[in-house]
Amino acid sequence: MRVFKRMGGWLEDRTGFYAALKPILDHKVPYTDWKNGWWYIFGSAVLVAFVVQVITGIALSTSYVSSAGEAYASLKFITDEAVFGNFLRASHSWGASAMVLLVGAHALHVFIIGAYKFPREMNWLTGVILLGATLAMAFTGQLLRWDQTAFWSVIVGANMAARTPFVGESLARFVMAGDTVGGATLSRFFAFHVFFIPGVIFLFIGAHLYLVIRNGISEPPKVGDVVDPKTYRQKYHDMLEREGVPFWPDALWRDAVASVGLIVIIVVLSIVIGPPELGREPNPTVLQAYPRPDWYFLWVFSVLALLPPRSEPFVIIAGPLLVGVMLFLLPLIANKGERSPLRRPWAMGFVLVLVVMIATLWIVGEQSPWSPAFGAQPLNASVVNSTNPQIQTGAKLFNEKGCEYCHMIAGQGGLRGPNLTNVGNRLNESQLITRILNGGNNMPAYGSTLKSDELNALVAFLKSRTK
Amino acid sequence: MSDPKPISEPKDVLDLTADVEAGYVNPHYTPIEISRRRFLGRISAVLTGVGAVVVAVPVGAFIVAPLFSSGPGEDKLWKDVGPIDQFKVGDTQAVAFDDPSPLPWAGVTARTAAWLRRDDAQKFTAFAVNCTHLGCPVSWLAGPSLFMCPCHGGVYNRDGTVAAGPPPASLNTYQVRILNGKVQVKATGIPISTE
Repeated sequence: MRVFKRMGGWLEDRTGFYAALKPILDHKVPYTDWKNGWWYIFGSAVLVAFVVQVITGIALSTSYVSSAGEAYASLKFITDEAVFGNFLRASHSWGASAMVLLVGAHALHVFIIGAYKFPREMNWLTGVILLGATLAMAFTGQLLRWDQTAFWSVIVGANMAARTPFVGESLARFVMAGDTVGGATLSRFFAFHVFFIPGVIFLFIGAHLYLVIRNGISEPPKVGDVVDPKTYRQKYHDMLEREGVPFWPDALWRDAVASVGLIVIIVVLSIVIGPPELGREPNPTVLQAYPRPDWYFLWVFSVLALLPPRSEPFVIIAGPLLVGVMLFLLPLIANKGERSPLRRPWAMGFVLVLVVMIATLWIVGEQSPWSPAFGAQPLNASVVNSTNPQIQTGAKLFNEKGCEYCHMIAGQGGLRGPNLTNVGNRLNESQLITRILNGGNNMPAYGSTLKSDELNALVAFLKSRTK
Repeated sequence: MSDPKPISEPKDVLDLTADVEAGYVNPHYTPIEISRRRFLGRISAVLTGVGAVVVAVPVGAFIVAPLFSSGPGEDKLWKDVGPIDQFKVGDTQAVAFDDPSPLPWAGVTARTAAWLRRDDAQKFTAFAVNCTHLGCPVSWLAGPSLFMCPCHGGVYNRDGTVAAGPPPASLNTYQVRILNGKVQVKATGIPISTE
């Protein structure tokens, strides 16, 4: 025992690490009760998720080959053969989900309790950079899973960048690292994902944590307790003197519990559910692709499908830009006044709208009703339910001519167009013919592709769809 | 940390009163004395800046270079996609060829595809597979005679014009020619729509 003590003493004498850290551990932070305290864990939980990402990411990078031609094979190797490879891929993916989710929760909590107000404006601004960097990591990380979806996602990303006025084309080339998605593309995304963006994150985490210590952890807001830049610092100081508790362990113990909980969750999900499926190889000549972003961008995918086409150039570029500017301006224009959510109805209304909007878009994106159901099988005889040969031919054509990709009958088919299970009750023969020949409301006109006997069979079939 | 050898504040302005009175110096001339310490500070800042630029220029150029690459020569862009009798008049089928900038390590991603239709004996149309909305690969469906996109619901007519959904423009096409009984497509970069 004495040996360890002496070794510790020697180390401290030569480094002074403990002396440097002690004041940080001991510094006083606001007392938080059981009800408020647990909301403060999000920040440290993001940090823990980030550390998990760094460690699992470094491990994965020892086997991953960042070459457009070989990345897929190396991913297959990591998933199927490498010791703990499947687990590490899963942990890196679940860790990423945790980080995106928690960074969002952290930002929302800080917004809801008004902790971005004086004197913590720079805490918020460095946090905005970290939020953006986290999303950039999520996007680039999904692309490093170099399968068919990743390949087409690069092209979608480039096309979105291309909507920028004046420099759009150059930006698109920058995203793809050239005219095509090929040899140069993946190496660059790899460099951004493992060097450049993490470098930015390290830098800003350092600044963010320094600011947390310097400006102090915000106290839980009280109704009527107004932030006034002239008096806030003194008030905060006095409050800490009066009722502050040491950072360690009074505040940090909750973070420690949450961190362990988070790691357990990541490990359990990695074992039980595993990594995201590695899709087909990124072969651009295989056109049966069904690209979908990972969950964190699925709501963006929905926005892109549902926007009125004419508003697109505006929304794709100006939308994110506007969000960024708003996030930056927030603490600069609203840094004083009430912090309590109970006294900030507009701000809370905004949070509610934001959460409901993103949740709705997520659910819709999961369903993608706008996408044709390419896998729709011919309707079976019990659904057709007719011995009339013309109606049977019509049912066959309903599948062959692609109607079923967009229209559902008795639970089979796509969701893009109206459900036609009982269309015979709604439309008469001439209305059906008009609609099929001329299209309309996003339905293509079939006038030039259907022969008249085919049209008659289809109409006969649709007319028979009654309750 | 305290300076081991405290020094007096540097004088900002030289005292030239005597010289002015003697008429040697213009009375409006007020030279600023630069102390050794200030000089060293400035030199360090400038040198650091020069060092940073020396490193940053090649790095920056290396990273943005793909924006300005000129690409391969004109004659290299025409790619064989198959003998002419492989294609039936009226049929639309997927053809594969190398993209215009295939790097040696690109592997399968150096390939690209087009929907090639034989309009008549000598005339072909090659549609780019990329949806003009955001670039997803459209599929040709012979039954309904439509191109459909799997991503955001874009649909195109047989001639490539928009039939439904968000696409802002008709499908792009590649130039096609017939050389020595072989159909050739002129490869270009991935068509990107800026609308």
